[in-house]
Amino acid sequence: MAYPYRHEKETPMLSRGFGDPRTRTLEGWKELGGYTALEKALKSSREEVIEEVKASGLRGRGGAGFPTGVKWSFMPKEKKGPHYLCCNADESEPGTFKDRELLRWTPHQVIEGCLIAAYAIQAEHVYIYCRGEFFEATQVLARAVEEAYEAGLIGKNILGTGADIELTVVAGAGAYICGEETALMNSLEGRRGLPRVKPPFPAAVGAFGRPTTINNVETLAAVPHIINRGGAWYRGFGTEKSPGTKLFCVSGHVRRPGNYELPLGFPMMELINDVCGGLRPGRTLKAVIPGGSSVPIMSAEDCETCTLDYEGVVECGSMLGCASVIVMDDTTNIVKQVRRMVDFYAHESCGQCTPCREGTQWLSRILVRIENGKGTEEDLDTLLELGDQMTGTTICVLSDSAAAPVASSIEKFRDDYLALIRRGERVGAA
Amino acid sequence: MADTGTNAETVTLTIDGQDVTVEKGTTILQAAEAMGNRVPHYCYHPGLTAPAQCRLCLVEVEGAPKLQASCVTQASDGQVVHTQSEKALTQRKGVLEFYLANHPLDCPICDQSGECKLQDYVHAEGRKRGRSREPKRVFGRDDFGGDVLFYGDRCVMCTRCVRFMNEIEQNPLLTVVERGNRSVIDTFFDEGLETADFAGNVVDICPVGALVSKDFLHKARAWDLDHTPSICPNCSQGCNIDLHTRDNRVQRLKPRTNLDVNQHWMCDYGRHRYDWMNRGDRVEAPLTRAADESMTRASGWNEALEPLAGRLDELKGAEVRAVASPFASNEEMASLKALVDALGGGQIRYRSPRTDEEIPLPGFPTLVRRRDLAPNVKGAEILGLTRVGDDAAEGGLEDLDDFEGILLVVGDELADQPDDFGSSAGLFIYLGQYPSPATRTAHGILPISTHAEQEGTFTNHGGRVQRFWPGTHPPGAARPGWLVMAALRAHLTGSAVPAGAAEMFEEAARSVPEFQGLGYPHLGTRGAVINEPVKLPGT
Ligand SMILES: Cc1cc2nc3c(=O)[nH]c(=O)nc-3n(C[C@H](O)[C@H](O)[C@H](O)COP(=O)(O)O)c2cc1C
Ligand code: SF4
Ligand code: SF4
Ligand code: SF4
Repeated sequence: MAYPYRHEKETPMLSRGFGDPRTRTLEGWKELGGYTALEKALKSSREEVIEEVKASGLRGRGGAGFPTGVKWSFMPKEKKGPHYLCCNADESEPGTFKDRELLRWTPHQVIEGCLIAAYAIQAEHVYIYCRGEFFEATQVLARAVEEAYEAGLIGKNILGTGADIELTVVAGAGAYICGEETALMNSLEGRRGLPRVKPPFPAAVGAFGRPTTINNVETLAAVPHIINRGGAWYRGFGTEKSPGTKLFCVSGHVRRPGNYELPLGFPMMELINDVCGGLRPGRTLKAVIPGGSSVPIMSAEDCETCTLDYEGVVECGSMLGCASVIVMDDTTNIVKQVRRMVDFYAHESCGQCTPCREGTQWLSRILVRIENGKGTEEDLDTLLELGDQMTGTTICVLSDSAAAPVASSIEKFRDDYLALIRRGERVGAA
Repeated sequence: MADTGTNAETVTLTIDGQDVTVEKGTTILQAAEAMGNRVPHYCYHPGLTAPAQCRLCLVEVEGAPKLQASCVTQASDGQVVHTQSEKALTQRKGVLEFYLANHPLDCPICDQSGECKLQDYVHAEGRKRGRSREPKRVFGRDDFGGDVLFYGDRCVMCTRCVRFMNEIEQNPLLTVVERGNRSVIDTFFDEGLETADFAGNVVDICPVGALVSKDFLHKARAWDLDHTPSICPNCSQGCNIDLHTRDNRVQRLKPRTNLDVNQHWMCDYGRHRYDWMNRGDRVEAPLTRAADESMTRASGWNEALEPLAGRLDELKGAEVRAVASPFASNEEMASLKALVDALGGGQIRYRSPRTDEEIPLPGFPTLVRRRDLAPNVKGAEILGLTRVGDDAAEGGLEDLDDFEGILLVVGDELADQPDDFGSSAGLFIYLGQYPSPATRTAHGILPISTHAEQEGTFTNHGGRVQRFWPGTHPPGAARPGWLVMAALRAHLTGSAVPAGAAEMFEEAARSVPEFQGLGYPHLGTRGAVINEPVKLPGT
């Protein structure tokens, strides 16, 4: 199939319908076995659904990798008012482009996952919060939701089982911070998208002040497969601690960037050199950011033995995050790349917390100075100290995320910084 | 403190090595404050919700992986907190440094200088020198409407002002626009704070010089101001305030915290009516009418009081009518009453301005700019004074035109009266602050001090008796009205003159049932409500 490119080592489960316009329709999705998992779930007890997801070992694909079944079980067992499910489709992390594809090719897969999760946590309403710039994806999703409503798959008495679940698609206004779970809830409520202080956690006080579970699009898209084929089957993919398949968003200096669905634990170098066709001719690997811009940068040596599962990447000094692999070859000006990431965070910081509001901009200004050959060695110490001052001191972890690439790049590519400082000379060209 | 944790209502924790027991639900910051340990903070304010966003109140809590924002972390049993550990100090020093990265440091021309929390905290815990070499962000200034001016570059983005307007005034006229480092406080369109009734409070709670008062702009330096606890005299709510004075002039009024009366707030109407306290056209020396009808300046109080007492004695048995100002203190009213009683009794009346409009503060609805626009209407009622006149505090004195008995007027009550006012009276004594055409026929003009210049009490609309203290010196020979009247009475009856306002109040309390059991020591700085059991401090 011609979805931009498929590799034989892929294990398409969530991405099965990518590139096939039929899967956007209810009919086409049903041909692939769609909504049978929903029916199965609605006929089981809520506890059985949660147990199955726990058994699968599915971990949140939004970045933190928290076990999904466990998260669902935090919801109050006894319902004293509305419960909500939020599906986090605000995907804005630089380097990440998997949720968009799931929404625009397989909207029913996401809807089905949402409905099953809503049933499991006794939510009567699902909100799918889409990134503001996802015009096409949001339209495709909205159309699918209409179809599902018409077919009685959403709304009152779903499939005659007595379950009532409503679903609303909400478009954000274009803010990365609204992907942070509690900022998303504020935005959903019509407030400024500011992360909330935790505790209380969403399972106690979430959207509209009610118990709420929030999951990433990819997390929820995996749920129908787990319900259909069982948690044990799902564990057949991936590693002991990181089971299942994962969409890897590969970008940067590889010949075939794109989304690749692979079992967790897949070797990083095999992903780069085989699946993605390797680097461009004559280039050598310089650095990789394995999990989206929020995780520490890895040097080429770090990557040698790295396997792409939650534990494997941590062992090599970074984090899997949302598995957005940004590949940089020897032409890369690391300082510039780091500065661009920091600029992104400075632009996207919500501005509540002083270390983040002031720190992101300050880091950026120092980096610009270094980039322009006007830095000093003390600047590097200042950068590291400011990074420390920004880490663990704020309401959400955007601040930590902005500091992480700075610290890790100074640690691993200090020479690049020093070259710019000492000779006013750029390393690399890009 | 031995029975740690056995009482469900309290928790005992250790802060900086010292045990402290606090009510359940208290935050670490409040618990520390209760033991006199102030953890730096900007966004937390006791009258507002705590967003925990300034990140300045971070403290170390043993067992917690990260430092905790003490403004939202509840105290719990057995918790061990370090507010001064190296880790806590280092992190707070870091947070403080961020505040300075873009701050203009224009302290020399900033009104907040000297009472600025950025100055205070940086001096206490900050780095000696900031490290930022980068150009600073510039927002400039904005007129927020009303009395409020905004210096954007000084803002520490604590959002207290926004939360005050949202939560307390409940008129969301302020907001944060943009995000990240571009965040700035703004009003909606050009509407500004013009329509707000309590916006002055945002200037008070702004921890830095970002929100300043136009009225106070560049008028005085904070360190030159003396603060005197007082009561707002502009309506019968009786908000607790401080008079800020310099060079014997009141420079501004600021709310003083009293959780029972006004929390931390006051209204704009009251805040901006203090100019009269600085009026220069005062009566400065006692004046008496000589045999040839000319007014002469008495060489001293006794020289003034003796002949007037003599005349009063001669007229004993004549009818007495008195007019008192509702701005007079309980002590002044009581002293007037005692004087009238010594003369055989008579009617004491008062007039008070009253509006149709009440202005409640939605977030603390028992704070209301009351309809009665004077501080001691309730005190007048309790002391048996009769209300006369209309809502503009005019009229009600017509019967005095041809009144031939003894006429006593206490306070600035005659501005609306013609120049032959009191001309038929056998004896007309004016005890007041300002000369007016109507005082021309008085036999004695005795200068008394304003409430800003003397000690005393007012009784607010709800019967709370509250003390105020002198913030300025009265001009010339002016003395508290209660003292002048008590001295006059002493001349007549040989009674003792109370040694101070406290004694005057005690004397009144003996005969006024509502005041019984009350006295200055229990009133303290918070006041006490009549007919309510007095809670002594520590009980
Ligand atoms: C600054 C910030 C941005 C985030 N953006 C996203 C996002 O765009 N999409 C997402 O799924 N999770 C995002 N997250 C993570 C969410 O807060 C949350 O952990 C996630 O949606 C939980 O879903 P999961 O358990 O299925 O992973 C973000 C977190 C932070 C701190
Ligand atoms: S860390 Fe940054 S983005 Fe997160 S809440 Fe604080 S200011 Fe906002
Ligand atoms: S203007 Fe003052 S009160 Fe308002 S956010 Fe800025 S510093 Fe805080
Ligand atoms: S409510 Fe009354 S007492 Fe309070 S500040 Fe306003 S005028 Fe003064």
